[in-house]
Amino acid sequence: MKFTRNPRYQDLRNEVADEHAFFNRRQALRAAGVATAGIALTTGVACSEPQQGGPTGTSAGSAHPKPGAGIEASPTKWKVSDDTTPEDAVTGYCNFYEFGTQKTDPPRYADAMTVSPWSIAVTGMTDAPGTYTVNDLVDYDALEERIYRHRCVEAWSMVVPWVGVPLAGIIDKLKPTAEAKYVEFETYLNKDEMRGVRYPVIDWPYIEGLRLDEARNELSFMAVGVFGKAMPKQNGAPLRTVVPWKYGFKGCKSIVRISFTDKEPRTAWNKANANEYGFYSNVNPNVDHPRWSQASERIIGGRGFNPRRETDMFNGYEAQVAHLYEGMDLTKNF
Amino acid sequence: MAIHSRTLRIFGKHWMKPLTLIALLLPGAWIFGNWALMLAYLPHEMGFNPVEYTHRFLGDTAIRVLLVTLLVTPVRDITGWAPIILIRRRIGMAAFFYAALHILAYLWLDKMWSLAALWEDVLLRQYITFGMASFALLIPLALTSTNTAIRKLGRQTWQRIHYLIYPLAILAVLHHYFMVKGFQIEPLVHGGILAVLLLWRVVKWVGPVFTKKSATA
Repeated sequence: MKFTRNPRYQDLRNEVADEHAFFNRRQALRAAGVATAGIALTTGVACSEPQQGGPTGTSAGSAHPKPGAGIEASPTKWKVSDDTTPEDAVTGYCNFYEFGTQKTDPPRYADAMTVSPWSIAVTGMTDAPGTYTVNDLVDYDALEERIYRHRCVEAWSMVVPWVGVPLAGIIDKLKPTAEAKYVEFETYLNKDEMRGVRYPVIDWPYIEGLRLDEARNELSFMAVGVFGKAMPKQNGAPLRTVVPWKYGFKGCKSIVRISFTDKEPRTAWNKANANEYGFYSNVNPNVDHPRWSQASERIIGGRGFNPRRETDMFNGYEAQVAHLYEGMDLTKNF
Repeated sequence: MAIHSRTLRIFGKHWMKPLTLIALLLPGAWIFGNWALMLAYLPHEMGFNPVEYTHRFLGDTAIRVLLVTLLVTPVRDITGWAPIILIRRRIGMAAFFYAALHILAYLWLDKMWSLAALWEDVLLRQYITFGMASFALLIPLALTSTNTAIRKLGRQTWQRIHYLIYPLAILAVLHHYFMVKGFQIEPLVHGGILAVLLLWRVVKWVGPVFTKKSATA
Protein backbone atom coordinates (compact mmCIF):
# COMPACT_ATOMS: atom_id res chain seq x y z
CA MET A 1 0.00 0.00 0.00
CA LYS A 2 1.32 3.39 -0.87
CA PHE A 3 0.29 6.56 0.91
CA THR A 4 0.92 9.78 -0.87
CA ARG A 5 0.91 13.00 1.04
CA ASN A 6 -0.46 16.20 -0.24
CA PRO A 7 2.70 18.32 -0.61
CA ARG A 8 0.61 21.45 -0.26
CA TYR A 9 -0.82 20.45 3.10
CA GLN A 10 1.17 22.99 5.06
CA ASP A 11 0.35 25.71 2.54
CA LEU A 12 -3.31 24.81 2.72
CA ARG A 13 -3.20 25.15 6.49
CA ASN A 14 -1.59 28.56 6.21
CA GLU A 15 -4.27 29.64 3.79
CA VAL A 16 -6.85 29.40 6.53
CA ALA A 17 -6.34 33.14 6.94
CA ASP A 18 -7.90 33.56 3.53
CA GLU A 19 -10.83 31.46 4.63
CA HIS A 20 -11.30 33.95 7.44
CA ALA A 21 -11.46 36.80 4.95
CA PHE A 22 -13.88 34.74 2.89
CA PHE A 23 -16.23 34.23 5.80
CA ASN A 24 -16.19 37.91 6.62
CA ARG A 25 -16.93 38.85 3.03
CA ARG A 26 -19.91 36.54 2.95
CA GLN A 27 -21.25 38.06 6.15
CA ALA A 28 -20.61 41.55 4.92
CA LEU A 29 -22.62 40.75 1.82
CA ARG A 30 -25.41 39.28 3.87
CA ALA A 31 -25.49 42.29 6.16
CA ALA A 32 -25.54 44.72 3.25
CA GLY A 33 -28.12 42.85 1.20
CA VAL A 34 -30.95 40.65 2.39
CA ALA A 35 -30.55 41.23 6.09
CA THR A 36 -33.32 42.13 8.46
CA ALA A 37 -32.40 44.45 11.27
CA GLY A 38 -31.83 41.53 13.67
CA ILE A 39 -29.43 39.66 11.38
CA ALA A 40 -27.66 42.87 10.53
CA LEU A 41 -27.01 43.41 14.22
CA THR A 42 -25.55 39.95 14.87
CA THR A 43 -23.48 39.89 11.71
CA GLY A 44 -22.24 43.34 12.49
CA VAL A 45 -20.84 41.99 15.73
CA ALA A 46 -19.46 38.92 13.93
CA CYS A 47 -17.64 41.09 11.42
CA SER A 48 -15.68 42.96 14.00
CA GLU A 49 -14.99 40.01 16.33
CA PRO A 50 -12.45 37.90 14.40
CA GLN A 51 -10.47 41.00 13.53
CA GLN A 52 -9.98 41.74 17.20
CA GLY A 53 -8.94 38.17 17.96
CA GLY A 54 -7.42 36.93 14.72
CA PRO A 55 -3.74 36.52 13.94
CA THR A 56 -3.55 40.09 12.63
CA GLY A 57 -5.19 41.39 15.80
CA THR A 58 -3.65 43.02 18.81
CA SER A 59 -2.82 39.84 20.69
CA ALA A 60 -1.04 38.18 17.75
CA GLY A 61 2.31 39.55 18.84
CA SER A 62 2.41 37.56 22.08
CA ALA A 63 3.25 33.97 21.19
CA HIS A 64 2.15 31.11 23.42
CA PRO A 65 4.94 29.63 25.56
CA LYS A 66 7.12 26.83 24.20
CA PRO A 67 6.42 23.28 25.42
CA GLY A 68 8.00 22.76 28.81
CA ALA A 69 8.28 26.48 29.64
CA GLY A 70 7.08 27.37 33.12
CA ILE A 71 3.58 28.92 33.33
CA GLU A 72 1.76 30.45 36.26
CA ALA A 73 -1.56 28.99 37.33
CA SER A 74 -3.78 29.51 40.35
CA PRO A 75 -4.95 26.47 42.33
CA THR A 76 -8.63 25.48 42.20
CA LYS A 77 -11.02 23.30 44.18
CA TRP A 78 -10.56 20.52 41.57
CA LYS A 79 -8.41 17.90 43.27
CA VAL A 80 -8.28 14.12 43.59
CA SER A 81 -7.61 12.49 46.96
CA ASP A 82 -5.19 9.97 45.42
CA ASP A 83 -1.55 10.83 44.74
CA THR A 84 -0.74 12.76 41.58
CA THR A 85 0.86 10.52 38.95
CA PRO A 86 4.62 11.15 38.58
CA GLU A 87 5.41 13.62 35.82
CA ASP A 88 7.62 11.18 33.90
CA ALA A 89 4.69 8.75 33.67
CA VAL A 90 2.28 11.42 32.41
CA THR A 91 4.73 12.58 29.76
CA GLY A 92 6.18 9.13 29.04
CA TYR A 93 3.08 6.96 28.69
CA CYS A 94 0.84 8.50 26.05
CA ASN A 95 -1.70 7.59 23.44
CA PHE A 96 -1.22 9.96 20.51
CA TYR A 97 -1.54 7.57 17.58
CA GLU A 98 -0.37 10.20 15.08
CA PHE A 99 3.11 9.42 16.42
CA GLY A 100 2.67 5.65 16.67
CA THR A 101 0.56 3.16 18.58
CA GLN A 102 3.09 2.33 21.31
CA LYS A 103 2.82 4.35 24.51
CA THR A 104 6.48 5.30 24.16
CA ASP A 105 6.13 6.51 20.55
CA PRO A 106 4.70 9.99 21.29
CA PRO A 107 7.45 10.92 23.80
CA ARG A 108 10.01 9.65 21.31
CA TYR A 109 8.71 11.18 18.10
CA ALA A 110 6.43 14.13 18.92
CA ASP A 111 9.40 16.48 18.96
CA ALA A 112 9.11 16.72 15.15
CA MET A 113 5.75 18.54 15.47
CA THR A 114 5.75 22.29 14.78
CA VAL A 115 3.68 23.99 17.47
CA SER A 116 4.64 27.60 16.85
CA PRO A 117 3.20 29.44 15.04
CA TRP A 118 -0.14 27.80 15.63
CA SER A 119 -3.57 28.73 14.36
CA ILE A 120 -7.03 27.40 15.11
CA ALA A 121 -9.72 27.68 12.43
CA VAL A 122 -13.18 28.34 13.81
CA THR A 123 -15.93 27.35 11.38
CA GLY A 124 -19.55 26.27 11.09
CA MET A 125 -22.53 27.66 13.01
CA THR A 126 -20.81 30.57 14.67
CA ASP A 127 -21.01 34.32 14.65
CA ALA A 128 -17.26 34.54 15.17
CA PRO A 129 -15.67 32.41 12.43
CA GLY A 130 -12.05 32.96 11.55
CA THR A 131 -8.54 32.01 12.42
CA TYR A 132 -7.34 32.35 15.97
CA THR A 133 -4.02 32.09 17.74
CA VAL A 134 -3.69 30.18 21.02
CA ASN A 135 -3.46 33.51 22.85
CA ASP A 136 -6.72 34.64 21.26
CA LEU A 137 -8.51 31.73 22.90
CA VAL A 138 -6.55 31.34 26.13
CA ASP A 139 -5.81 34.13 28.58
CA TYR A 140 -2.41 33.16 29.97
CA ASP A 141 -2.93 35.58 32.87
CA ALA A 142 -5.96 33.62 34.07
CA LEU A 143 -4.70 30.03 34.04
CA GLU A 144 -6.06 27.53 36.54
CA GLU A 145 -4.60 24.28 37.78
CA ARG A 146 -7.08 21.43 37.94
CA ILE A 147 -6.12 18.02 39.19
CA TYR A 148 -8.36 15.55 37.41
CA ARG A 149 -8.39 11.79 37.23
CA HIS A 150 -7.70 10.73 33.64
CA ARG A 151 -9.39 7.40 32.81
CA CYS A 152 -8.39 5.78 29.53
CA VAL A 153 -10.83 3.51 27.68
CA GLU A 154 -8.03 0.90 27.89
CA ALA A 155 -8.82 0.56 31.61
CA TRP A 156 -5.95 2.50 33.13
CA SER A 157 -5.92 5.82 34.92
CA MET A 158 -3.69 8.64 36.08
CA VAL A 159 -4.10 11.72 38.28
CA VAL A 160 -3.02 14.72 36.23
CA PRO A 161 -2.51 18.38 37.24
CA TRP A 162 -3.69 20.14 34.08
CA VAL A 163 -3.18 23.86 33.51
CA GLY A 164 -5.64 25.77 31.35
CA VAL A 165 -8.93 27.63 31.19
CA PRO A 166 -12.57 26.53 31.35
CA LEU A 167 -13.78 25.43 27.92
CA ALA A 168 -17.06 27.27 28.50
CA GLY A 169 -15.28 30.63 28.30
CA ILE A 170 -13.76 29.72 24.93
CA ILE A 171 -17.12 28.52 23.61
CA ASP A 172 -18.66 31.85 24.65
CA LYS A 173 -15.87 33.74 22.93
CA LEU A 174 -16.52 31.81 19.71
CA LYS A 175 -20.25 32.62 19.68
CA PRO A 176 -22.00 29.49 18.45
CA THR A 177 -25.35 30.32 16.87
CA ALA A 178 -28.67 29.25 18.40
CA GLU A 179 -28.91 26.28 15.98
CA ALA A 180 -25.53 24.87 17.02
CA LYS A 181 -25.89 21.76 19.21
CA TYR A 182 -22.41 20.27 19.03
CA VAL A 183 -18.81 21.34 18.95
CA GLU A 184 -16.27 19.43 16.91
CA PHE A 185 -12.49 19.45 17.40
CA GLU A 186 -9.82 18.43 14.92
CA THR A 187 -6.21 17.45 15.65
CA TYR A 188 -3.25 18.73 13.63
CA LEU A 189 -2.23 16.42 10.80
CA ASN A 190 1.12 16.54 9.03
CA LYS A 191 2.57 13.45 7.40
CA ASP A 192 6.11 14.88 7.51
CA GLU A 193 6.00 15.46 11.24
CA MET A 194 3.80 12.59 12.40
CA ARG A 195 5.22 9.20 11.58
CA GLY A 196 2.19 7.31 12.84
CA VAL A 197 -0.17 8.64 10.18
CA ARG A 198 1.68 6.65 7.52
CA TYR A 199 -0.55 3.79 8.69
CA PRO A 200 -4.35 3.99 8.47
CA VAL A 201 -4.77 3.12 12.16
CA ILE A 202 -7.85 5.33 12.12
CA ASP A 203 -9.29 7.68 9.53
CA TRP A 204 -7.02 10.74 9.91
CA PRO A 205 -7.33 13.52 10.93
CA TYR A 206 -8.44 12.82 14.50
CA ILE A 207 -11.90 14.25 15.13
CA GLU A 208 -13.59 14.57 18.52
CA GLY A 209 -16.79 16.23 19.60
CA LEU A 210 -19.06 17.14 22.47
CA ARG A 211 -22.64 18.21 22.90
CA LEU A 212 -22.56 21.96 23.54
CA ASP A 213 -24.01 21.58 27.03
CA GLU A 214 -21.24 19.07 27.80
CA ALA A 215 -18.62 21.48 26.45
CA ARG A 216 -20.06 24.23 28.65
CA ASN A 217 -20.07 22.07 31.78
CA GLU A 218 -17.91 23.49 34.55
CA LEU A 219 -15.53 20.49 34.33
CA SER A 220 -14.72 20.82 30.62
CA PHE A 221 -11.28 22.28 30.28
CA MET A 222 -8.97 23.61 27.59
CA ALA A 223 -5.52 22.63 28.82
CA VAL A 224 -2.36 24.41 27.68
CA GLY A 225 -0.05 22.86 30.23
CA VAL A 226 0.58 20.19 32.82
CA PHE A 227 2.72 20.15 35.99
CA GLY A 228 3.03 23.94 35.83
CA LYS A 229 4.68 23.85 32.40
CA ALA A 230 3.41 24.57 28.92
CA MET A 231 1.98 21.41 27.36
CA PRO A 232 4.60 18.89 26.14
CA LYS A 233 4.11 17.94 22.50
CA GLN A 234 3.34 14.30 23.29
CA ASN A 235 0.44 15.38 25.53
CA GLY A 236 -1.15 17.56 22.85
CA ALA A 237 0.71 20.88 22.60
CA PRO A 238 -0.15 23.67 22.37
CA LEU A 239 -3.73 23.17 23.48
CA ARG A 240 -6.03 20.22 24.08
CA THR A 241 -9.39 19.54 25.63
CA VAL A 242 -9.81 17.59 28.88
CA VAL A 243 -13.22 16.11 29.64
CA PRO A 244 -12.61 14.21 32.87
CA TRP A 245 -15.90 12.28 33.15
CA LYS A 246 -15.33 10.73 29.73
CA TYR A 247 -12.71 8.26 28.52
CA GLY A 248 -9.43 9.95 27.68
CA PHE A 249 -9.81 9.75 23.91
CA LYS A 250 -12.72 12.23 24.11
CA GLY A 251 -10.09 14.86 24.78
CA CYS A 252 -8.75 16.24 21.51
CA LYS A 253 -5.01 17.01 21.32
CA SER A 254 -3.17 19.69 19.32
CA ILE A 255 -6.37 21.36 18.13
CA VAL A 256 -6.33 23.10 14.73
CA ARG A 257 -10.07 23.43 14.12
CA ILE A 258 -13.13 24.08 16.25
CA SER A 259 -16.49 23.82 14.45
CA PHE A 260 -20.04 24.26 15.60
CA THR A 261 -22.72 22.06 14.11
CA ASP A 262 -26.29 20.84 14.62
CA LYS A 263 -25.35 17.23 13.78
CA GLU A 264 -23.57 14.77 16.06
CA PRO A 265 -19.92 14.87 14.94
CA ARG A 266 -18.53 11.74 13.30
CA THR A 267 -15.71 11.20 15.77
CA ALA A 268 -12.56 9.28 14.86
CA TRP A 269 -12.93 6.25 17.11
CA ASN A 270 -16.65 6.04 16.50
CA LYS A 271 -15.96 5.86 12.76
CA ALA A 272 -13.28 3.22 13.36
CA ASN A 273 -15.53 0.99 15.47
CA ALA A 274 -19.01 2.21 16.41
CA ASN A 275 -19.71 -0.89 18.54
CA GLU A 276 -16.79 -0.16 20.82
CA TYR A 277 -16.54 3.63 20.96
CA GLY A 278 -19.80 5.54 21.29
CA PHE A 279 -20.16 9.28 20.84
CA TYR A 280 -20.68 9.82 24.56
CA SER A 281 -18.02 7.46 25.95
CA ASN A 282 -18.74 8.48 29.52
CA VAL A 283 -16.71 6.56 32.08
CA ASN A 284 -19.11 3.87 33.24
CA PRO A 285 -18.06 0.81 35.28
CA ASN A 286 -21.38 -0.88 34.45
CA VAL A 287 -21.03 -0.80 30.67
CA ASP A 288 -18.15 -2.95 29.48
CA HIS A 289 -16.10 -2.38 26.41
CA PRO A 290 -17.03 -5.33 24.17
CA ARG A 291 -13.50 -6.69 24.59
CA TRP A 292 -12.73 -5.92 28.21
CA SER A 293 -14.32 -4.98 31.52
CA GLN A 294 -14.57 -1.34 32.55
CA ALA A 295 -15.36 -2.18 36.19
CA SER A 296 -11.81 -1.47 37.36
CA GLU A 297 -8.65 0.21 36.13
CA ARG A 298 -4.89 -0.15 36.42
CA ILE A 299 -3.16 2.75 38.14
CA ILE A 300 -0.23 4.04 36.10
CA GLY A 301 3.04 5.19 37.58
CA GLY A 302 3.17 3.38 40.89
CA ARG A 303 5.96 1.15 42.11
CA GLY A 304 5.90 -2.55 41.34
CA PHE A 305 3.07 -4.14 39.40
CA ASN A 306 0.30 -1.63 38.78
CA PRO A 307 -2.32 -1.77 41.52
CA ARG A 308 -5.97 -1.68 40.42
CA ARG A 309 -8.84 0.48 41.64
CA GLU A 310 -12.58 0.25 41.14
CA THR A 311 -13.75 2.57 38.39
CA ASP A 312 -16.14 5.30 39.56
CA MET A 313 -19.34 6.23 37.71
CA PHE A 314 -18.55 9.23 35.50
CA ASN A 315 -14.97 8.83 36.76
CA GLY A 316 -16.01 10.27 40.12
CA TYR A 317 -17.68 13.39 38.68
CA GLU A 318 -21.27 12.15 38.92
CA ALA A 319 -22.41 15.17 40.97
CA GLN A 320 -21.29 17.59 38.26
CA VAL A 321 -22.46 15.76 35.15
CA ALA A 322 -25.19 13.18 35.85
CA HIS A 323 -27.89 15.78 35.04
CA LEU A 324 -26.58 16.01 31.46
CA TYR A 325 -27.78 12.49 30.77
CA GLU A 326 -31.10 12.41 32.63
CA GLY A 327 -33.56 10.08 30.95
CA MET A 328 -30.91 8.62 28.67
CA ASP A 329 -30.20 4.90 28.53
CA LEU A 330 -26.45 4.88 29.14
CA THR A 331 -26.18 1.27 27.96
CA LYS A 332 -27.42 2.34 24.53
CA ASN A 333 -25.78 5.77 24.56
CA PHE A 334 -22.42 4.44 25.68
CA MET B 1 24.04 -42.35 35.52
CA ALA B 2 20.32 -41.77 35.04
CA ILE B 3 20.74 -38.12 35.94
CA HIS B 4 23.63 -37.91 33.56
CA SER B 5 21.60 -39.21 30.61
CA ARG B 6 18.67 -36.91 31.41
CA THR B 7 21.06 -33.98 31.55
CA LEU B 8 22.38 -35.07 28.20
CA ARG B 9 18.86 -35.16 26.76
CA ILE B 10 18.05 -31.62 27.86
CA PHE B 11 21.32 -30.10 26.76
CA GLY B 12 21.62 -32.42 23.79
CA LYS B 13 24.43 -34.10 21.98
CA HIS B 14 24.19 -31.97 18.89
CA TRP B 15 25.76 -28.52 19.16
CA MET B 16 22.48 -26.89 18.06
CA LYS B 17 20.57 -28.15 21.07
CA PRO B 18 22.27 -26.14 23.85
CA LEU B 19 22.42 -23.07 21.61
CA THR B 20 18.69 -23.29 20.87
CA LEU B 21 17.92 -23.80 24.55
CA ILE B 22 19.87 -20.68 25.50
CA ALA B 23 18.19 -18.63 22.75
CA LEU B 24 14.76 -19.82 23.88
CA LEU B 25 15.49 -18.91 27.49
CA LEU B 26 16.59 -15.35 26.68
CA PRO B 27 13.09 -13.77 26.52
CA GLY B 28 12.24 -15.44 29.83
CA ALA B 29 15.47 -14.15 31.37
CA TRP B 30 14.59 -10.66 30.11
CA ILE B 31 11.14 -10.56 31.67
CA PHE B 32 12.15 -12.22 34.96
CA GLY B 33 15.14 -9.89 35.18
CA ASN B 34 12.93 -6.87 34.70
CA TRP B 35 10.44 -8.12 37.27
CA ALA B 36 13.28 -8.54 39.75
CA LEU B 37 14.52 -4.99 39.07
CA MET B 38 10.99 -3.58 39.42
CA LEU B 39 10.26 -5.43 42.66
CA ALA B 40 13.59 -4.17 44.02
CA TYR B 41 12.43 -0.61 43.09
CA LEU B 42 15.29 -0.33 40.59
CA PRO B 43 15.03 1.16 37.10
CA HIS B 44 13.65 -1.33 34.59
CA GLU B 45 12.67 -1.47 30.93
CA MET B 46 8.94 -2.15 31.28
CA GLY B 47 7.72 1.43 31.19
CA PHE B 48 4.87 2.83 33.29
CA ASN B 49 2.47 -0.07 32.82
CA PRO B 50 4.53 -3.16 33.66
CA VAL B 51 1.42 -5.34 33.76
CA GLU B 52 0.51 -4.47 30.18
CA TYR B 53 4.18 -4.81 29.18
CA THR B 54 4.30 -8.28 30.71
CA HIS B 55 1.16 -9.42 28.89
CA ARG B 56 2.32 -8.07 25.55
CA PHE B 57 5.86 -9.36 25.91
CA LEU B 58 4.87 -12.91 26.88
CA GLY B 59 2.11 -13.02 24.25
CA ASP B 60 4.37 -11.71 21.49
CA THR B 61 7.10 -14.14 22.51
CA ALA B 62 4.68 -17.10 22.47
CA ILE B 63 3.40 -16.21 18.98
CA ARG B 64 6.87 -15.55 17.60
CA VAL B 65 8.34 -18.76 18.99
CA LEU B 66 5.32 -20.60 17.55
CA LEU B 67 6.09 -19.10 14.14
CA VAL B 68 9.72 -20.19 14.47
CA THR B 69 8.47 -23.73 15.24
CA LEU B 70 6.56 -23.65 11.95
CA LEU B 71 9.67 -22.44 10.15
CA VAL B 72 11.77 -25.49 11.00
CA THR B 73 10.26 -27.91 8.47
CA PRO B 74 10.42 -25.50 5.49
CA VAL B 75 14.04 -24.72 6.34
CA ARG B 76 14.85 -28.43 6.42
CA ASP B 77 13.07 -29.07 3.11
CA ILE B 78 14.67 -26.10 1.40
CA THR B 79 18.22 -26.58 2.69
CA GLY B 80 18.04 -30.35 2.91
CA TRP B 81 19.80 -30.07 6.28
CA ALA B 82 18.10 -32.84 8.25
CA PRO B 83 19.64 -32.29 11.75
CA ILE B 84 17.69 -29.05 12.18
CA ILE B 85 14.64 -31.16 13.01
CA LEU B 86 16.38 -32.04 16.29
CA ILE B 87 15.54 -28.59 17.70
CA ARG B 88 11.88 -28.44 16.61
CA ARG B 89 10.49 -30.05 19.73
CA ARG B 90 12.21 -27.68 22.14
CA ILE B 91 11.10 -24.66 20.15
CA GLY B 92 7.51 -25.89 20.21
CA MET B 93 7.76 -26.59 23.94
CA ALA B 94 9.10 -23.06 24.50
CA ALA B 95 6.04 -21.67 22.67
CA PHE B 96 3.89 -23.69 25.06
CA PHE B 97 5.73 -22.46 28.14
CA TYR B 98 5.56 -18.80 27.08
CA ALA B 99 1.84 -19.15 26.30
CA ALA B 100 1.32 -20.77 29.71
CA LEU B 101 3.26 -17.96 31.42
CA HIS B 102 1.17 -15.42 29.46
CA ILE B 103 -2.05 -16.94 30.81
CA LEU B 104 -0.69 -17.34 34.35
CA ALA B 105 0.40 -13.70 34.38
CA TYR B 106 -3.09 -12.66 33.25
CA LEU B 107 -4.72 -14.87 35.86
CA TRP B 108 -2.44 -13.50 38.56
CA LEU B 109 -2.12 -9.79 37.75
CA ASP B 110 -5.58 -9.09 36.29
CA LYS B 111 -7.87 -11.83 37.57
CA MET B 112 -6.43 -12.23 41.08
CA TRP B 113 -6.32 -16.02 40.56
CA SER B 114 -10.08 -16.14 40.02
CA LEU B 115 -10.75 -18.94 37.55
CA ALA B 116 -14.41 -17.88 37.48
CA ALA B 117 -13.41 -14.39 36.29
CA LEU B 118 -11.13 -15.92 33.68
CA TRP B 119 -13.93 -18.19 32.45
CA GLU B 120 -16.25 -15.17 32.23
CA ASP B 121 -13.68 -13.50 29.97
CA VAL B 122 -13.45 -16.61 27.80
CA LEU B 123 -17.23 -16.54 27.31
CA LEU B 124 -17.58 -12.76 26.94
CA ARG B 125 -14.51 -11.51 25.13
CA GLN B 126 -13.97 -12.79 21.63
CA TYR B 127 -10.21 -12.26 21.57
CA ILE B 128 -9.82 -14.17 24.85
CA THR B 129 -11.98 -16.96 23.45
CA PHE B 130 -9.56 -17.23 20.52
CA GLY B 131 -6.53 -17.08 22.77
CA MET B 132 -7.76 -19.73 25.21
CA ALA B 133 -8.88 -22.01 22.36
CA SER B 134 -5.43 -21.70 20.88
CA PHE B 135 -3.80 -22.62 24.21
CA ALA B 136 -6.23 -25.50 24.76
CA LEU B 137 -5.12 -27.00 21.43
CA LEU B 138 -1.49 -26.49 22.39
CA ILE B 139 -1.83 -28.65 25.54
CA PRO B 140 -2.15 -32.06 23.79
CA LEU B 141 0.82 -31.15 21.60
CA ALA B 142 2.96 -30.39 24.63
CA LEU B 143 1.82 -33.57 26.41
CA THR B 144 2.72 -35.75 23.44
CA SER B 145 6.10 -34.16 22.82
CA THR B 146 8.07 -37.07 24.24
CA ASN B 147 9.70 -40.03 22.58
CA THR B 148 7.53 -42.37 24.66
CA ALA B 149 4.35 -40.66 23.45
CA ILE B 150 5.42 -40.93 19.84
CA ARG B 151 6.22 -44.63 20.32
CA LYS B 152 2.91 -45.37 22.07
CA LEU B 153 0.73 -43.39 19.66
CA GLY B 154 2.50 -44.49 16.52
CA ARG B 155 4.05 -42.01 14.17
CA GLN B 156 0.85 -41.45 12.15
CA THR B 157 -1.52 -40.78 15.06
CA TRP B 158 1.12 -38.54 16.61
CA GLN B 159 1.45 -36.63 13.34
CA ARG B 160 -2.33 -36.22 13.06
CA ILE B 161 -2.52 -34.75 16.57
CA HIS B 162 0.30 -32.38 15.78
CA TYR B 163 -1.48 -30.99 12.72
CA LEU B 164 -3.37 -29.04 15.44
CA ILE B 165 -0.52 -26.56 15.31
CA TYR B 166 -2.03 -25.03 12.15
CA PRO B 167 -5.47 -24.08 13.54
CA LEU B 168 -3.99 -23.07 16.89
CA ALA B 169 -1.45 -20.78 15.24
CA ILE B 170 -4.29 -19.11 13.29
CA LEU B 171 -6.26 -18.73 16.54
CA ALA B 172 -3.24 -17.20 18.28
CA VAL B 173 -2.81 -14.57 15.56
CA LEU B 174 -6.56 -13.81 15.59
CA HIS B 175 -6.33 -13.38 19.38
CA HIS B 176 -3.66 -10.74 18.85
CA TYR B 177 -5.48 -9.09 15.93
CA PHE B 178 -8.77 -8.70 17.81
CA MET B 179 -7.01 -7.47 20.95
CA VAL B 180 -5.42 -4.33 19.47
CA LYS B 181 -7.23 -1.02 19.02
CA GLY B 182 -7.67 0.31 15.48
CA PHE B 183 -5.71 -0.86 12.47
CA GLN B 184 -2.30 -1.90 13.80
CA ILE B 185 0.60 -3.38 11.92
CA GLU B 186 2.10 -5.92 14.34
CA PRO B 187 -0.61 -8.62 14.30
CA LEU B 188 -0.77 -8.23 10.53
CA VAL B 189 2.97 -8.92 10.27
CA HIS B 190 2.53 -12.06 12.39
CA GLY B 191 -0.46 -13.03 10.24
CA GLY B 192 1.50 -12.44 7.04
CA ILE B 193 4.39 -14.63 8.20
CA LEU B 194 1.94 -17.35 9.28
CA ALA B 195 0.17 -17.15 5.91
CA VAL B 196 3.48 -17.69 4.08
CA LEU B 197 4.37 -20.65 6.32
CA LEU B 198 0.95 -22.25 5.78
CA LEU B 199 0.86 -21.55 2.05
CA TRP B 200 4.27 -23.14 1.72
CA ARG B 201 2.77 -26.38 3.15
CA VAL B 202 -0.28 -26.18 0.91
CA VAL B 203 2.00 -25.92 -2.12
CA LYS B 204 4.13 -28.79 -0.79
CA TRP B 205 1.09 -31.08 -0.35
CA VAL B 206 -1.09 -30.02 -3.26
CA GLY B 207 1.68 -29.20 -5.73
CA PRO B 208 2.67 -32.85 -6.44
CA VAL B 209 -1.00 -33.72 -7.16
CA PHE B 210 -1.03 -31.23 -10.03
CA THR B 211 2.37 -32.18 -11.40
CA LYS B 212 1.31 -35.85 -11.34
CA LYS B 213 -1.92 -35.02 -13.21
CA SER B 214 -0.17 -32.94 -15.82
CA ALA B 215 2.40 -35.72 -16.25
CA THR B 216 -0.28 -38.32 -16.97
CA ALA B 217 -2.34 -36.00 -19.15
